[in-house]
Amino acid sequence: MTQANPVTAVLRNTWRGLTSMRTALMLLFLLAVGALPGALLPQYPLNPQRVRSYQAQHPVLAPILDRLGFFDVFASPWFAAIYLLLFVSLIGCVLPRSLEYARQLRKEPVATPRNLGRLPHHARGEFDQSAGEIIASARRRLSGWRIAEREEPGGARTISAERGYLREAGNLMFHLALVGLLVSFAIGKLVGYQGQVIVLANGSQFCNSGPLAYDSFTPGRSVDGTALTPFCVQVNGFTSTYLPTGEAEDFRAALSYQGPDDLATGTWHPYQLQVNDPLRMGGTRVYLIGNGYAPRFTVTFPDGQQRSSVVQWAPVELGTMLSEGTTKFDPPGVTDDAARRTRQLAITGLFAPTAAFRGSLLSSSFPDPLDPAVAIDVLKGDLGNNSGRGQSIFSIDQSMVDSGRLKQVARSNLRPGEQLTLPDRTMVRFDGVTRFVSLQVSYDPAQPWVLGFALVVLAGLGLSLTIKRRRFWVRVTPDGPAGTVVELGGLARTEAAGYGEEFDRIAADLLPPGAARPPVPTGAPEVSR
Amino acid sequence: MPISPVLASYSDLAYGTALVLYLLAMALHSVEYAARVPVPAIAAGADGSVAMLVRGRPERTGRSAVALTGLAALVHAGSLALRGAAIGRVPWANMYEFISAICFVAVAGWLVVLYRQRAAAASLQRLGGFVLLPVVVLMFLGGTVLYARAQPLIPALNSYWITIHVSAAITATGILLVSGVASVLYLVGASAGSRITARLPDSATLDRLAYRTAVIALPIWTFAIITGAIWAEAAWGRYWGWDPKETCALVAWVVYAGYLHARATAGWRGRGAAWINVTGFGVMLFNLFFVNIVIAGFHSYAGV
Ligand code: HEM
Repeated sequence: MTQANPVTAVLRNTWRGLTSMRTALMLLFLLAVGALPGALLPQYPLNPQRVRSYQAQHPVLAPILDRLGFFDVFASPWFAAIYLLLFVSLIGCVLPRSLEYARQLRKEPVATPRNLGRLPHHARGEFDQSAGEIIASARRRLSGWRIAEREEPGGARTISAERGYLREAGNLMFHLALVGLLVSFAIGKLVGYQGQVIVLANGSQFCNSGPLAYDSFTPGRSVDGTALTPFCVQVNGFTSTYLPTGEAEDFRAALSYQGPDDLATGTWHPYQLQVNDPLRMGGTRVYLIGNGYAPRFTVTFPDGQQRSSVVQWAPVELGTMLSEGTTKFDPPGVTDDAARRTRQLAITGLFAPTAAFRGSLLSSSFPDPLDPAVAIDVLKGDLGNNSGRGQSIFSIDQSMVDSGRLKQVARSNLRPGEQLTLPDRTMVRFDGVTRFVSLQVSYDPAQPWVLGFALVVLAGLGLSLTIKRRRFWVRVTPDGPAGTVVELGGLARTEAAGYGEEFDRIAADLLPPGAARPPVPTGAPEVSR
Repeated sequence: MPISPVLASYSDLAYGTALVLYLLAMALHSVEYAARVPVPAIAAGADGSVAMLVRGRPERTGRSAVALTGLAALVHAGSLALRGAAIGRVPWANMYEFISAICFVAVAGWLVVLYRQRAAAASLQRLGGFVLLPVVVLMFLGGTVLYARAQPLIPALNSYWITIHVSAAITATGILLVSGVASVLYLVGASAGSRITARLPDSATLDRLAYRTAVIALPIWTFAIITGAIWAEAAWGRYWGWDPKETCALVAWVVYAGYLHARATAGWRGRGAAWINVTGFGVMLFNLFFVNIVIAGFHSYAGV
């Protein structure tokens, strides 16, 4: 390259700067610092409620942090900028090094330095053997090393030996596999999805027909939900085992499932779904991530008609499974909308699997259903659930209560089989309880690639950190005063740690006992770069 | 699996005993250290035999300290084994157990270093007190504020991955503790020419100790993160979810990658690299204490 024009010069300098070790170090540092707020501040994807409560507590700071992406660090543009720059730098650094490495592999070890005494490892001795014999025994001792033999003008013969080439290979493998890891991670995020769904453990089914089948669904950017792997699961039962102290020991759900291939034939397979042990169907996995109780209520309306409903209530105390929720009823046979909206019912309150009353206040003393009970309010009026607004299944619309359109008409504690009667002679019976499980479905086809690259990262790191690239030289000069003069020299090309001992062992094998060997000065700089 | 309270109480007893023995060993090390003639004085003693005489006594004290450390480590291992027997699983599912195991690895790693560097043991062994100091502090915190009685595992933790993943994390953390101590001493030694620091081994020795231990620990830490991801995939439905504990583990990993880079970057080799190494251990400690106790994440049910 002769006269470069200014533009290419600037570009070239920028590129050199970007791919320098110093820049890599700075970018690694930035990556570490940039990731920290992701661990320290609440994050939207992990826990949106905590983000909102943090925002409520920090009204001044939070909006600024929010605008800067601090509540979703790992999707923020600045974080992406850091790691993209880092990876560009990495590729720019590692590709030329790979080429250089390939070239080195074909080259002979470098010629023996003139003055071996100046190397960090050095030894010398005199023999009465012939130069040929000494060279031959050195050659044998250095088997496994890459060696080149040369003859010098003065008649001296030399061996240059080098070993530990795998270190650089490991280092390159490590860095390139990092790129592969990042790319696979990104592809997985793009084409994968996760969904959660609650299924009653009474033979209810869930089929992976589309995003609407889920209670919540998080698709990757390129997932439109039309091509989900088809499968169905049926939850036949759920058992939990607790220690007498109330600590959970084991959860398992008895499933039947139909994989993609079984749908046509209608075959069901049994499966015991456990924590830590998902059901895997190709790249699609089903996990047991939670459980709870769904109390069953039967309402007998004044005209004698009955309606039953089983709806999951949300556990509010995981230790005792005290749960809270709402079960809603429409009056049967009422076609007039206005009339219906004065007579809707909501049963809302607490459920305890093992009831413990303080006065009439219900709490739970154990998570298993040993002595279930509910403490409920019954409200009557307009639930507000056909106003078009979505409504939580766990609670009533408080604004309906505040505006007086939904009124409390009874309050009671019930055990299974017990019932209460409303002023209009409607009867509400607590029948008992069904368990529910919450399932998560995850799909990530790139996952095996991520694992594969991670293992290459590990292997490369292991190679490059345990292998030392080192050089060893032998110079044999005939006709010294006491015979043949043998000079040895050694240099570790990378981190010195530990070459001294190996050098000493080889030197001891090659030199006669008692040969002069200047001690290695402690802490001598051994790294040559 | 029923818990055996008897075994658990023996384990607690052994834990306390090990702590006391470490304290005694530390005391012996400080006697050794105080009695050391600062290095330059030894160097000045031209006559080797005189130097030997002067050097003899503190060195013997130091050797007893090392022996006592070894004994303490045996008792400590007994405490871990009894705890494991009491609960019928590997004893590292809460912070008390975790810290105990980390301290054990740190001490064992330190003894291995001394054994492998027998030739330089005389100069290395006087670091013993500095290695034991964080161990004693951590074990004291573990045995008091963070103490947890023997309990069975909650289902989410009950997997053979706990053995693999957590063992790796413990091993790496324990070794990195030794590395961190070496880098702290490197920085202290390099900054002040006081009488106290004059008795430290030379900075090249400290630097090498820090590097060699870090280089063993980093692949183990990488392995811990990978197995953690494999376990998370089986337990939580995703291999990586930027949970605070995961994020912090990755940050620590990146900092240690920075440490190795720094050692290959002009202008960053000595103090710069040492600072990064110390920062790395700071992130590890932060991950162990702050993230477990203050920040709720998936991992928080590992139990304080
Ligand atoms: C994601 C970013 C990176 C990470 C996590 C990373 C990590 C590491 C680690 C752990 C080592 C030590 C182990 C070994 O020698 O194989 C290392 C060494 C090295 N890295 Fe990186 N690196 C990154 C990016 C880069 C970049 C951008 C460059 C070039 C500018 C680079 C150049 C090197 C070199 C030359 C070594 C060898 C150092 C030596 O010989 O001791 N790395 N890297």
